[in-house]
Amino acid sequence: MKKLLEELLFPLIAVVAAFLVGGIIVWLVGDSPLLVYELFFSSVFGSTDGIGYTLFNATPLIFTGLAVAVAFKCGLLNIGAEGQLTAAAFATAWVGLMLPTWPAWIVVLLAALAAILVGGIWGGIPGVLKARFGAHEVITTIMMNFIAIAIVSYLTQYHYRRQGDPILETLPIADVKDGVLTGPHIPRMHALLAPLGINFPERLPLNLAFLLAILACVLVYVFLWKTKWGYELRAVGINPSAAEYGGISVARNTVLAMALSGMLAGMVGINEVLGYRYRYYDGFSAGYGFTGIAVALLGRNHPVGVFFAALLFGALDRSKLFIDIFTDKISKDWVVILQAIIILFVACEAVFRGGARRLMRGKV
Amino acid sequence: MRDILNLSLLASMIRLATPLILASLGGLYSERSGVINIALEGIMLAGAFTAAAVTVFTHNPWIGMLTAMIAGLLVAGIHAVASIQFRANQVVVGTAINILFVGVPALVSGALFESTGSTPQLPREQTLPDWNIPGIDRIPVLSQLLSGHKPIVYIALLAVPVTYYVLFRTRFGLRLRAVGENPEAADTAGVSVAGMRYAGVLLSGVLAGLGGAYLSIGQNSLFTRNMTAGRGFIALAALIFGKWHPVGAFLACLLFGMADAIAIRMQGVVNIPVQFIQIIPYVLTLVVLAGFIGRAIPPRAIGEPYVKESR
Amino acid sequence: MSEATQNAVEMRGITKRFGEVVANRNLNIAVRDRSIHAIIGENGAGKSTAMNILYGFYNPDEGEILIDGQPRVIRTPSDAIALGLGMVHQHFMLVEPLSVTENIILGAEPTAGVAIDYKRARQRVREISEQYGLRIDPEARVGMLSVGQQQRVEILKTLYRGARILILDEPTAVLTPQEVGEMFAILRGLREQGKTIIIITHKLQEVLALSDNITVMRDGEVVGNLPTAEATAEGLAKMMVGREVLLRVKKDEARPRAAALSVKNLTLRHADGGTALDDVSFEVRGGETLGIAGVEGNGQTELIEILAGLRPSTSGEVRLEGQLINALDPHERKRRGIAHIPEDRHRRGLLLSYDLASNSILGVHGDPPISGAVLLNQKVINARAERMVKEFDVRPPNIALPAGALSGGNQQKLIVAREFDIKPKLLLVSQPTRGVDIGATEFIHRKLIELRDAGCAVLLVSAELEEVLSLSDRVIVLYEGRIVGEVDPKTVGEEEIGLMMTGGARQRL
Repeated sequence: MKKLLEELLFPLIAVVAAFLVGGIIVWLVGDSPLLVYELFFSSVFGSTDGIGYTLFNATPLIFTGLAVAVAFKCGLLNIGAEGQLTAAAFATAWVGLMLPTWPAWIVVLLAALAAILVGGIWGGIPGVLKARFGAHEVITTIMMNFIAIAIVSYLTQYHYRRQGDPILETLPIADVKDGVLTGPHIPRMHALLAPLGINFPERLPLNLAFLLAILACVLVYVFLWKTKWGYELRAVGINPSAAEYGGISVARNTVLAMALSGMLAGMVGINEVLGYRYRYYDGFSAGYGFTGIAVALLGRNHPVGVFFAALLFGALDRSKLFIDIFTDKISKDWVVILQAIIILFVACEAVFRGGARRLMRGKV
Repeated sequence: MRDILNLSLLASMIRLATPLILASLGGLYSERSGVINIALEGIMLAGAFTAAAVTVFTHNPWIGMLTAMIAGLLVAGIHAVASIQFRANQVVVGTAINILFVGVPALVSGALFESTGSTPQLPREQTLPDWNIPGIDRIPVLSQLLSGHKPIVYIALLAVPVTYYVLFRTRFGLRLRAVGENPEAADTAGVSVAGMRYAGVLLSGVLAGLGGAYLSIGQNSLFTRNMTAGRGFIALAALIFGKWHPVGAFLACLLFGMADAIAIRMQGVVNIPVQFIQIIPYVLTLVVLAGFIGRAIPPRAIGEPYVKESR
Repeated sequence: MSEATQNAVEMRGITKRFGEVVANRNLNIAVRDRSIHAIIGENGAGKSTAMNILYGFYNPDEGEILIDGQPRVIRTPSDAIALGLGMVHQHFMLVEPLSVTENIILGAEPTAGVAIDYKRARQRVREISEQYGLRIDPEARVGMLSVGQQQRVEILKTLYRGARILILDEPTAVLTPQEVGEMFAILRGLREQGKTIIIITHKLQEVLALSDNITVMRDGEVVGNLPTAEATAEGLAKMMVGREVLLRVKKDEARPRAAALSVKNLTLRHADGGTALDDVSFEVRGGETLGIAGVEGNGQTELIEILAGLRPSTSGEVRLEGQLINALDPHERKRRGIAHIPEDRHRRGLLLSYDLASNSILGVHGDPPISGAVLLNQKVINARAERMVKEFDVRPPNIALPAGALSGGNQQKLIVAREFDIKPKLLLVSQPTRGVDIGATEFIHRKLIELRDAGCAVLLVSAELEEVLSLSDRVIVLYEGRIVGEVDPKTVGEEEIGLMMTGGARQRL
């Protein structure tokens, strides 16, 4: 119990400290920190839209947060979620474009599978490079990011764009015909909640992928802590020598962890393509892969923690626009800065811990 | 005609390689001391923005350039304190800094210039001047190649032999290398591990900051959002491709600069997509890391915080 | 007065405690100027602690140190260096990609302007290496040198800094016999030129051949100071290991069955050419305990890890009940009945941040009924862990605690419980009671005998000679990767086995 409290306490302190520093920045720039804090809360909690967008923004971050967490549990730092989700999102759209005549539900399934598979491959390659050649996964995943982004941008630009479209995006896989969205897609929350008699606004892009993200949290939890494979993966992360002694292959688990991590990151493609834009839109990711590192770190690499950390970052994302509009000088970039400060503070957590311990000792 | 084309291509290669060379050599100081530095991108952005913003107010690009180096130093200072003093994960700290400097220039430019992330255009005379090198500017081929560049280009070209000298000929360089390879051995020989690592990381800040300044007040005349466009990472790739050696890194930067120059020139001319040229640095780095063309072996103690054995 | 000035080093009444443990108790050691002084003793006798105090790594709780007759306070290695002390660690402190010269001058570089004066540095290195007969190429890269050459670089490092008193920790442990000869010549040369040398070792023949005086340590105390001329191998061996056997474990006569494990011509060569195991052959039968005696680092670790499937051998055969198992991985070996209690429970044996229940299944975590096709069967795991904790008296008996929260003895009991639970045909057990309290030690010993009596073959490695002798039915002695003899633990004298362990006597099988 005391341990759980400690686990919760330190990320919380880091967040509060970051908000304080963020407030000082607001004050320095010449706006009112209180106004900014108020805008943050009112934009998120003030309306159904606020909550809806927060959850929608959190969806990709849950996936990438889980992705980073799974790799981390095996002692690996996956900086490549950005590339994995980019490749996966394109693959999702590509399956839709390739199978225009197939029944939509089959295409949805295949496209979702493609997202997971391509993400897994893009994550698995650095895993193999590490297991086989000892190449540091941080460097290889950075390189894989750029390669994915370039290849996908090439394919979009040269092969799958509508003739003369000034925007770098593929043709749509689903389109509105006679006021009805036709073509492969997953339902939005509006459609899911309507049968239950809940009127969730149709304009909100929150969709089935959010429920999928929750499911992913549960599955990751079960996998890591309730299966023999998770047992092995975590054992490698804690102590490779002891894992080896227990008959666990370090190389195999390195590849497995990276591939799983990539699959989770790849699921962002389901939200983006099948649930939101119904096409591949180049540069859609607002650094989800990198924010995922923050989410995992803040969530202490636990699915429950990741879920709540993603909500926080999703809420920050939601408040961006309001902070931009309703303040004089502060722009939405303040939120980006705040995110970075949170990461820095959580990364330097040892200081907080040491300080807290010294404080406690002082009291006793 | 073809000669001129080729020569101007080479000159453009040198210009495009300049920010890469500076950031790459910066990364070299940091990584040779044992601190992995993926924050080069963020540091370059900080330098680029500071240079442009300061020049707007002072009308003096030299002051802009100097403050860019100081800005780089300060940002690297965050990295150093977090990863050396507080033993935070070096990669995570680097990522945080990269995110931070997507936000900071945008926020500050909003406050100072009421823009959304760029600085006002500087008049041409307020950017760094083109320097002709007396003597060389009269030699036909060399003049086109080496003369008429911005001063930072010459600093970058000079930084290569200087770095080589510092690294392999001076006390500082020897200690830096020792700390990055085997901190315990250096420690028992009386070398301060933390001190050397601070020096390495801070130097990387100065150089990458200068590389950033070249983008905003050398090559261009303003700062625009995310104007480094991954150059910090390409510099990192060059460092690895050059096997953590100053000359190797320099040559890799030239190679990547050449790829960039060709890509620009080919736009709309030849039907090879630019993306294929853009990924060359990254693919080559992967190939080297996997050991297909000579193995790239990083400094042995890289990424590991040094903890004195508790006795 | 004249006697005091003859001593380069004098340690008087030195005591050092680590928490409850007394590592050194009231040491008195005098090292004569310009002599080679050997400090010998078993592992854990306190030799290294004593030398680390002298070199300033540790500060003593009591006592004083005199250098050249003057009382000195040595707080840090820098103090020690300033007083003319130099230390060559057993694990070299070298930067492999750097050159010999660079390694030697690191931290004390001669400069000309801003640059290192490499010319002068190389010159100086050449001078010193010629003066003391330490032939080495100043421009060679250290990583490319042989271990013996690297050791010379370490010695040169101390000489370059002006050391007059050299401390060498197990200098011959890593050398080939030929290199040992060269090292002796070098050390004698250094003595002729006025240096004082202290070597820590456990090899008696070397001590007798090389040193002028000997200090024998045992259990943190000095048990003898004598000139080498008056020493005999037998006498020294007795002083080193000879003691009342405190723990004689009661056990019945073994009733051996068929061979469970047979090892034939097992050899392991390292990539650098060194030999860790040299043509080792033996058998362990069901119902008997075979002990392996030997000073640590003579191939025991490698032998056990090869048998457990954790590292491959260069050549040779390993059979379990007649079946060749060379190619099997650790999991498959466990499934066939080989249990393994590893020598280092923190590095190998436990996942310290996992709870006891999770640790109780390491190695069998994928097998039914512990795991179903997908999910771990937590009920079975918990029940099993509860049973183990109870049967093996692991305290506190809370299976939800992380293993790191337990004392060493209870951690070890958990490992023993886990390994016993597979009903092994063969148990590989290494240092079963290292860092374990008396109560747990007795308990573990009793359990090991019970297992033997139940028909399991037990292969026991321990640095504690006493433990090997009291638990084993037969004992073989390993020295430098070779079996140098087999003895009957009931009749063997401690001198005799001590000699074998230290290379003092060699009995070919």
